[in-house]
Amino acid sequence: MTWNGWLQIALMFALVIATARPLGIYMAAVFEGRSTLLERALGPLEGRFYALSGIDPKREQDWLTYTIALLAFNAAGFVLLYAILRLQHLLPLNPQGFDPMSPHLAFNTAASFVSNTNWQSYGGESTLSYFSQMAGLTVQNFVSAATGFAVAIAIARAFARSSGSTLGNFWVDLTRATLYVLLPLSVLLALGLVALEMPQNLSAYIDASTLEGAKQTLAQGPVASQVAIKQLGTNGGGFFNVNAAHPYENPNAWTNLLQNWAIFSLSLALAVTFGRMIGREREGWALLSVMVLFLAVGAAVAYWAEASGNPLMHAMGIAGPNMEGKEVRFGPALSTVWAVFTTGASNGSVNAMHNSFMPLGGLVPLALMQIGEVVPGGVGSGLYGIVVLAILAMFVAGLMVGRTPEYLGKKLEARDVKMAVLAILVMPLFILGFSAVSAVLPVALAGLANPGARGLTEILYAYASASGNNGSAFAGLTANAPWWNTTLGIAMLACRFGIIVPVMAIAGSLVAKPKLAPSAGTFPTDGLLFVGLLAGVIVILSGLEYFPALALGPIVEHFQMLAGKTF
Amino acid sequence: MLQHLRPAVVMIALFTLLTGVVYPLAITAASQILFPSAASGSLIMKDGKVVGSGLIGQSFKSDRYFHPRPSATVAPDPQDTSKTVDAPYNAEASAGSNLGPITQKLLDRVKGDMDTLRAAGISGLVPVDAVTTSASGLDPHISPAWAVMQVPRVAKARGLSEGRVRELVAARIEGRNLGVLGEPRINVLMLNLALDALKQ
Repeated sequence: MTWNGWLQIALMFALVIATARPLGIYMAAVFEGRSTLLERALGPLEGRFYALSGIDPKREQDWLTYTIALLAFNAAGFVLLYAILRLQHLLPLNPQGFDPMSPHLAFNTAASFVSNTNWQSYGGESTLSYFSQMAGLTVQNFVSAATGFAVAIAIARAFARSSGSTLGNFWVDLTRATLYVLLPLSVLLALGLVALEMPQNLSAYIDASTLEGAKQTLAQGPVASQVAIKQLGTNGGGFFNVNAAHPYENPNAWTNLLQNWAIFSLSLALAVTFGRMIGREREGWALLSVMVLFLAVGAAVAYWAEASGNPLMHAMGIAGPNMEGKEVRFGPALSTVWAVFTTGASNGSVNAMHNSFMPLGGLVPLALMQIGEVVPGGVGSGLYGIVVLAILAMFVAGLMVGRTPEYLGKKLEARDVKMAVLAILVMPLFILGFSAVSAVLPVALAGLANPGARGLTEILYAYASASGNNGSAFAGLTANAPWWNTTLGIAMLACRFGIIVPVMAIAGSLVAKPKLAPSAGTFPTDGLLFVGLLAGVIVILSGLEYFPALALGPIVEHFQMLAGKTF
Repeated sequence: MLQHLRPAVVMIALFTLLTGVVYPLAITAASQILFPSAASGSLIMKDGKVVGSGLIGQSFKSDRYFHPRPSATVAPDPQDTSKTVDAPYNAEASAGSNLGPITQKLLDRVKGDMDTLRAAGISGLVPVDAVTTSASGLDPHISPAWAVMQVPRVAKARGLSEGRVRELVAARIEGRNLGVLGEPRINVLMLNLALDALKQ
């Protein structure tokens, strides 16, 4: 560990926190329908979208209509993406002549991108045509993030409105999120990344003859345009197989800085947007504090583990941190802060291989996914996830004092709490259920890259990543096989929409309730006590769910390492 | 449900057009005009031929060149395409080893590389990047410490003085951005190109 390493980590945190407020205020304006500078420029385009789709943007929807519209749109996106992947050999921009994807891989990839997971069972540069990357994956990078936005905004309106019946219009929220937030930021970021040496072309792969006279084929492509939105939309699906560890996908520390900021900025800023929309910005900052608290602890543990290095290598006369699966230009500090951001934010892109992390270094990203992708989670999904946990925390607080719980002026009744519990239980059901089956199923075990405790961690990590809609991997697991592709695809879709539907039901129930003025008996939810309570609920909940499994994976591996045991 | 069919289909079509066609093509056009070299992959030309990319590492085995880090990339086996063979720095299929820290396969590989280095006369503590594979298998850089350790071998193979080669290495060290971000490093391909350009 070095002072410089800690400084680099602190800088990354400072950067994302600094932009949360301006971005959050801007997004509140976008979703409250106030006119912004961009709207004056792109307003006519927005109008054309509604006209062509036959939508009246002024007509709001109740929770069920909103949800059905969302599901219909995502179903259409799924079908289109599946078709593109299966037909890519017939479509244009395929200079390498790639074959169509197999049915199970196309299912997995379509599920992955529609659910904002971006798990990579495919290797980008060896499987996908430029058309599939652009018109298939890039599109879902935008609209799956916009879908997340829509749900988060709907729940913000549920708290903001008193005795209402509608939550906004899904089509409007989807369109405005894309046109006024994701697209302009992506254009700026993409051009910035090219300026910092990231490629952006449509040429066929280039054959170089190396100094030693060998042939090296350099994969090319429209990298920057996809990377920009993959980070901003917390998608994370790499253009290349090794994602942001590839020198073309992350050439230097500057591009690393920009991408790291992009991974985090919108999810964190949405907490501020939430606070603004309900009329008390402090409430948003309380949620944001919980998010940052978990990340800071995670970053410290992971950096300590990675910078300390591998004792088994030190014993061979090797000096330095753990560099297996890391790039020299990033080193241990930027690799661990990325690992923490990408799993905290449900992004899933990687600039180092998590499967080669030290046992406790790998525990951190795994645990950050398991706590439910809420610190700060994916764009939108993190916010509605943490609001659900806050509802549960207030229910627990209500039980302790024997009062009907309230959150942000809304009474929480049996139906709301039941829906919250349902939303929370979906993830552990799929993570632990599928992991348990895979741990004994020969076709599943055939895909593991490492024996021993790390093998179990690979399984847990895969399902945590899919269920949390994260998409990062303990790569090496040969996931491109029918069992893995299918079950991971199911977990991604079930956990994405199995959470969205109960969350929308909560929104529908809350919006109809009158907004109560705070009284002397109201539990303040914008102070330290609430931050501690919410953090405590998250720790206890995820500890109960996952600690036994973690103990058998990374924790036991750590002690095996200290004892000098290898596998 | 049917009332949602038209907006769902029309919207996904419009977004595909806007974000899947117009956006990437516009960025491609703008990048090719504004930053042609970077947008085309930072290719390095020598005598009118592409010798590599300044961003992508390549394999060096000869004693006359500085060696990069080990690489875990593979390529399909020409004899049997269902299998793969080691193909370091295969820029068509980036990959890391994905081996865990206490996996015997990793430790055996590192031990083998250490034995080779010791046999080549390298003593003392070895910098960790010399014997570990990178995340991409295409890492263009090595640590300055590992470059300095290779100086005697390269100097001897080329008949140059060690001092001269050491100067070249020192001149090629890239520091942290603004003195803070990233890690000190040396681009192996650029260093070797500079080495080739030296007058004997």
